[in-house]
Formats: sequence, structure tokens, C-alpha cells
Amino acid sequence: MSILGTRVVRTEDPLFLTRGATYTDDLVDDRLTGALHVTFVRSQVAHGRLLSVDTSAAREAPGVVAVYTAEDCADLAPIPAGLPMVPPAMQRPWLAQGKVRFVGDIVAVVLTEERYQGEDAAELVSVDIDPLPAVVTTADAAAGEVLLFEDAGTNVMATFGEPAPADFFSGCEVVVEQRMVNQRVAPVPLETRAAAAAWGDDGRVTIWCTNQGAQQAKGEIAGWLGMDPARVHLITPDVGGGFGAKIGADPEYAFTAWLAQRAGRPVRWTENRSENLVGMLHGRGQDQTVRIGGRRDGTIEAYSIAVDQDGGAYPRVGIILPTLTMLMAAATYAFPKVHAHGRALATNTTSIGAYRGAGRPEATAAVERAIDLFAAEIGMDPAEVRRKNLVPSFSEPHTTPSGATYDSGEYTAALEKALEAAGYDELRAEQARRRERGEARQLGIGLSTYVEITGADTGLGSAESAELEVHADGTATVLTGTSPHGQGHATAWAMLASDQTGIPVEKITVLHGDTDRIPRGGGTMGSRSLQQGGAAVHQAAVELVALAKQRAAERLEVDAADLELDLAGAGLAVRGTPGAGVTLAELAADEPLLVQTRFEAAAPTFPFGAHVAVVEVDVESGKAELQRLVAVDDAGTIVNPLLAEGQRHGGYAQGVAQALLEEVLYDADGNPQTSTLADYPFVSATELPSFELVDMATPTPINPLGAKGIGEAGTIGSTPAVHNAVIDAVAHLGVRHIDMPTTPMKVWRAIQQAQQGGSNA
Amino acid sequence: MKVSMTVNGQQHTDDVEPRLLLAHYLRDVLGLKATNIGCDTTSCGACTVIVDGLSVKSCTVLAAQADGSQVTTLEGLAGPDGELHPMQKAFREEHGLQCGFCTPGMVMAAIGVLADNPDPSDREVREGLEGNLCRCTGYHNIVRAVRSAAQAGPAAGQVPQDQEVAR
Repeated sequence: MSILGTRVVRTEDPLFLTRGATYTDDLVDDRLTGALHVTFVRSQVAHGRLLSVDTSAAREAPGVVAVYTAEDCADLAPIPAGLPMVPPAMQRPWLAQGKVRFVGDIVAVVLTEERYQGEDAAELVSVDIDPLPAVVTTADAAAGEVLLFEDAGTNVMATFGEPAPADFFSGCEVVVEQRMVNQRVAPVPLETRAAAAAWGDDGRVTIWCTNQGAQQAKGEIAGWLGMDPARVHLITPDVGGGFGAKIGADPEYAFTAWLAQRAGRPVRWTENRSENLVGMLHGRGQDQTVRIGGRRDGTIEAYSIAVDQDGGAYPRVGIILPTLTMLMAAATYAFPKVHAHGRALATNTTSIGAYRGAGRPEATAAVERAIDLFAAEIGMDPAEVRRKNLVPSFSEPHTTPSGATYDSGEYTAALEKALEAAGYDELRAEQARRRERGEARQLGIGLSTYVEITGADTGLGSAESAELEVHADGTATVLTGTSPHGQGHATAWAMLASDQTGIPVEKITVLHGDTDRIPRGGGTMGSRSLQQGGAAVHQAAVELVALAKQRAAERLEVDAADLELDLAGAGLAVRGTPGAGVTLAELAADEPLLVQTRFEAAAPTFPFGAHVAVVEVDVESGKAELQRLVAVDDAGTIVNPLLAEGQRHGGYAQGVAQALLEEVLYDADGNPQTSTLADYPFVSATELPSFELVDMATPTPINPLGAKGIGEAGTIGSTPAVHNAVIDAVAHLGVRHIDMPTTPMKVWRAIQQAQQGGSNA
Repeated sequence: MKVSMTVNGQQHTDDVEPRLLLAHYLRDVLGLKATNIGCDTTSCGACTVIVDGLSVKSCTVLAAQADGSQVTTLEGLAGPDGELHPMQKAFREEHGLQCGFCTPGMVMAAIGVLADNPDPSDREVREGLEGNLCRCTGYHNIVRAVRSAAQAGPAAGQVPQDQEVAR
């Protein structure tokens, strides 16, 4: 029986559970002996003219080796806007020059002998800023009265498409429109950002940093610093979570290389959480306008979405999120007409990046709310409206009006499974009883169906590298270009290699994240790892066995066709001749037994599913509590159910958190209100139930494993299900819509407004 | 100033700054890097260790305050022959960890939960771990792991240094 599909416990865990993983701040390395500590001095003002930075007192503080301001790094070219559609003036100086553009903009940097000395000295840096009005919302940004980059002449960072034609909904019996907020959230990997850098005598710099793909991070750092990439050696230690926010490099990482060179000593930097919550990329941050039109029998004829993406102060990957939201606008539905357009706008806030799902949760949240709004408008059960409009089962590629080509889908089956597992009819009956009795704790039932894109080519290609070497002692090493940070690749990739070679999982070491040993790699993001990186490992194992067969044939002087794989013995046996054969280890003793390969995915894949959320809302306080989350997630063939379920659980939690709790807030002057974990309502164990998982596996033809991505699906499906459930709980009180997060205050206000006869939305 | 404490059964005496946090003492002075620091507001619990039988957040305790104490960190849980503590074993079997950053604190806090209540319900585990944040697991498998560890008997709520552990 194949090891694939079984619940193999993680090979990573014994070390993680006894000594702890080795994150960047944990590194003990000779090259970092005597490293200076880096402390960034950040703007406390969102928008203003930077008049002066006085470092004289800080320079005199104990342990201070150097303090640098913008004039000290004149040799560094500003970080370019990056994407061709962005006005070139929207570049970022390494240290703020002339202006500060968000609370967290770097104005100076302090190098000290010890960690605590850095914080002491940073407080002595005197920064004089003449405040300007802050641009805090996308509406402020679009008004354009205050510009972040005067030379750009606009706050628009990028524009995608044109508004829908005026007659787009003509002929529809019913048209519903809603503006909704897909709020800004903080990714909050438990490990904050950290980096270290040391120069060698050979003129090369070694950079250690926490990231989701060493090769991409290296490329960005070398590019920003104007260095030959061959002079950068980037190492990814263990990584304490990423969720998209650690894709690529951050300027601070590159800065450590420059600082180490300038100071002539190795340096290291680990931010604290307060710095992280203003300095690390945020996620989501879309203001959406959706319109949905159709017939009173529940048939939807047209759907449109307009996206205003908050880009934050400097353009990062977040500005392209609208393109993914637009691509996935048609979702699981057979809408005949779909229109989507968007733009990204500059605001005096932390820049937006990718966060678990990155653009797709925003698409799903919008359309799933729209479906419920439409259902409410025509007085039809939301499950019935979905049934009427889902794309029927397909196994040949299906191209949507928004331009995505889905590989395979069974959306109705997923929905029916979820409804059945949840006991939908009984739930509706219970809801009716509570409504009838006017109970304080009302029941809400929320649905979502979703399809998302995984393994998408976002500019780095759709290929992944793998190397597999078998050693003479019977162990093997896998080198991968993917970059695990909790997913369990060391276990799953070992399973894939073991499945083809017979080498036991515990004898296979998986290495990643060292650009000298693994020059090519796409990292881990966009739920790509298994379907590309895992497929590459599978391919490497297949190729290695073929190579071993040739060598064995020569060694045993038999025809290669007479050899068969002996999985139990991790070798090749001569068919029909018991005892005759050779192990892979023995072949490796003769000469290195190694293959390097590259798997190129022909297309992205489109996992899908359906979620049912059950919430109780206390209509007197507005507090919503999630009681149940029933989730059908179909990500094709599962290699290790234990790991796949773990990905789903984590995804649900982050989705629930967005629906109920989490939001990054700024005041009208652009001051962050949620810059510690005491203020940011990070979801805890008490706010979540145990989840109810329902399995479904429709293999994809796109890769030999049949696997689609599972990393982000849970977040994409759960957010709208929970959001819809909260509104459903109070719909009978006249509430039509509540923006996320559905905090007690917002729910209570919505009820009050509805009861007073006003529309709440 | 001089501080002395027993960490994972070993006596240590060091000269430290009075303001040095216990978490930094363990990490930077003793080199015990399993204990992680995930916030600066005592919110996340990644730094949880056991001090004189109580599970505490070591980012909110000065090394000086732990003078004379018995401290147990993740590194002190497994037996001398490498045998995993029942809580470590349960976290592995139930896949109660992903990136591993919250794990050292979560495991120590979970031991504290069982010390208080040897056979907690799901809800009681969730309430007991409210001060320990995890971004990866959605807590689902952490709850399963703690309940599974509880079935291993009283050892799951104790540390090897034979301390009585209470939250």
C-alpha cells in the first residue's frame, strides 16, 4: 500500500518539541559573532514634512556604535515602485527624505552592542516633523486633495479595467447594490520579522532572514542594493509563520546587508510586536461595490464588482490584489454576465501585501454576500439561490466570464454535502423556533461556496525545482525550492520520495532555503507548494529510479526491462530471480546517485468547497459566537490528511477572525489604534469551536499527484459563511448588511437602526 | 546584579542588568532558545515557562524576580533518554503544531492547564489556553492534543523536575 494518503506524523516535530525550531533570532553562528543590534527609529506621524533628525544625543548613549539618517545612505538608490503600471515617483527612500508617509516610516537607524541599548538610544533620536493632513481611507485618496507623492500628481497607484457599461443590468427584474468593506487585517505570524547579515572576506554577504522563498528574497535584495546577485547568499532558517506577509524581502532585510558593510561588523535585527504591527505588510483592505441582478425566480443574470484597494503608503504586492479579485469574480456561479474593475490607491498607512488568500477571499466575500442580499431581496432561501446558479459539475476545463479557466469542479455536490452534514433543514427549523419565541440568543446560518486559484503564475513562473540524492548509507536528501513555514514539507516531500523509492520517510532529509545549494526556487505562497514543489519531488524520485534501473542493469548484467522496483528493500530486483538485485544505497556507493529536475505546471488549479457556519447572536448585546463550522474542502488528491486538515483548521481560524473580530484601525490622523496584541483582537482559542470537516477529493488532471492547493481555501470559504451567518441571525429584525468585522458594537447598532425603521446599510 | 536559579535541573548564577527579562535571560544568557518572544504586551504566551510550579509568561518577569527559583523550559521536558513528555508526545501525534513558534509556550501552558484540571473538557482547555496565541492551527489540534495528553495520567500535568505544577 502506498504511503501517500496516510496520516504520517511530522518528522519535524521531535526537534521542534524538544529543542525548539531555530528561527532567525535563535541563530548561533560563528559568522555572527560580535554582531551589532539594529534598531529602526520610525515616524510617529502619518504624514508630514520631515524637518530634521537630531541624532547627537543618541550617538552619546551607552553601547551606540553608529546612528544613520538619510544623508548617510546617499549611495542607496530609492526602492523603485516595482510594477510597470505604478507612477515611478512612488518610490521609497531607505530612510525617509523630505516627507514621512506612514506611522512606521523609517527615519533613522541605530547600531548598538546590545539589544536593550538600541531601544534606549532610539528614544534619544529627536525627529522634527511638520504634520500634513493624512490620507487614511481610499475615499480620501481618490479625492486627491492631499497627495502622498506630489511628483506623481495622483494617489492612484494602479488602475485595472473600466467601469461597467451603464446598461449592464438592463433587463434584470431585481438589482441589488451594496458597498462593502473587506477590512484591513494584520497577518501576525507569531515570529516577527528578523534578519542578520555578515560579510565574508570573499566580498559576499550572507543574509539570514525569515521569509517564504529564499530565491525571491535574494533577488529583491540584490536588486534594491544594486548588487550582483552572485554576491548574495541568502539562508532561510526555520520560519515562524508567514501567511503571505513574508513573501519576498522587506527593505529592512536588505538594510542589514548595507549596515553590516558600513559598520564593518555583522548585524542582526529582530523587531518587536509593536514594530511588527506597523512595519510588516497588512492584508486585505478593499472597499467594494457589488451589484447583482436577475429574476425573481432566483436566476442571476449579471454581477459586477468594483474594487478600491488600499495600497498603503508605498506600493507593494497588495496593489495587484484587485486583479486576483477580478479574475475570481465569477466564483462558483454560472452568471452569464460578470464585470469587474479596480484600482489601488495610496494612503498614509502601512503598505498592503498578500495575506492568506490574497485577493481571492475578497472576491468570495463579495459574491457570497451578494448572493445572500439577492436571496433576501426576492425572499428565497440562500441555499436555493445557490443551487439555481452554481456551475454544473464539469471535468473538462470551464472558462468563466471573468477569464479564469477552472480545471474541475463539483460545486453542487460540495454544497449538498455541507448542507447535509450541517443538518440544514433542522437548523432552519431551530432558527424559526427562536425567532417565534423572540429569544435573546438568535441563531444564524451562513453559507458559502467557493472556488479559488492556486499555483497561479504571479510573475515568477509555475515551475519548481527538486533534487534527490540517495546516499551509500541508505539515507536520502531532498532539496526543494519551496519554503515551508509550518506546512510540513519535510514530512510530505519525504513521503513523496519514499513512495517511489521505498526509502523510509525517517531516512529522508528535506532541505530548503539556501540559495547557494538551491539556486532556483519559487518559495511557498499561493498554495503552490504541493502541486509544483511536491510534484517536482515526485518527478525527481521517478527519474532517480529510472537512472538506478540503468545502473543496476549494467551492474547485474541483466536487461533493464527485467528489473522491478523492490519498495520494501529500497532497491531493484531481478524479476523472477529471488535474491538477485541491488539496493539504491549500493548503487550510490559506486557513484553518486542523484537527479536534479524541474516540474513545470501546465496551469493553475482551482480547489473548491462549501461551508456552513452556525452562530448565536445575542440581540441585546450584539455579540456573535460561532457555534459550528461545517466545511467541505476539495483540494484534489490528499498526500497526508493530517497535514491537509491542519491547513484547513488554520485557514478557518483566520477566516472566522476576519468575519468576527480582527481589524487594523487608524484614527483620522493616521495613527494606528491596533499596534500591540493587547489592542489587535487576534483570535484566541475561546472564540473558536472545534471544526467539522467533511472530505471530498476530485483529482486535478494538471499534475501527476492530482493535488490542488489547500493552504488558503479554509480562509476563503469560512469568512463569508460566518459573515453571512451573523447577518442571517438578525435578518428577521430588519438588518440587511453589516460590514466585517461583525463586532458586538456593529451588530447592536445595526439592530437599533433597523428597529428604528432606517436602512442600516 | 547577581541572580541564581535552577533551570531544567541545572544551577545557574549570572551577573545581569536589573531590568533583564527572564525570557531574555533564558535565551541570551543561558542559550535556551526554545522559549520564544512573540509580543511585548504579555498577550501571546509564546514565552511561557514554569517557575516554581506556576506557568508564567517569562517576558513579564524580570530575571531578578526569578532569583532562587526552579524554572522549567521546553528543553527540560523530555527524559534523559530522549523520551518525550506526554504533552510533547500528544502534540506530535495530534499535529498540534505547525510553524512551531507558539509551541514551546503552548506546551508549557498546557501542562499548567492539566495541573489545574487533570481531565478538562474542550471548553476548559480553550479557556485555559486563552492567553496563548497560535496563528497556524486554529487551536483545533491543540485542544485535541491536550485532551489526549490528559488520558496519559498525572504525568501530563507535571514537569520532570518533580514540581507540583499549578497555573
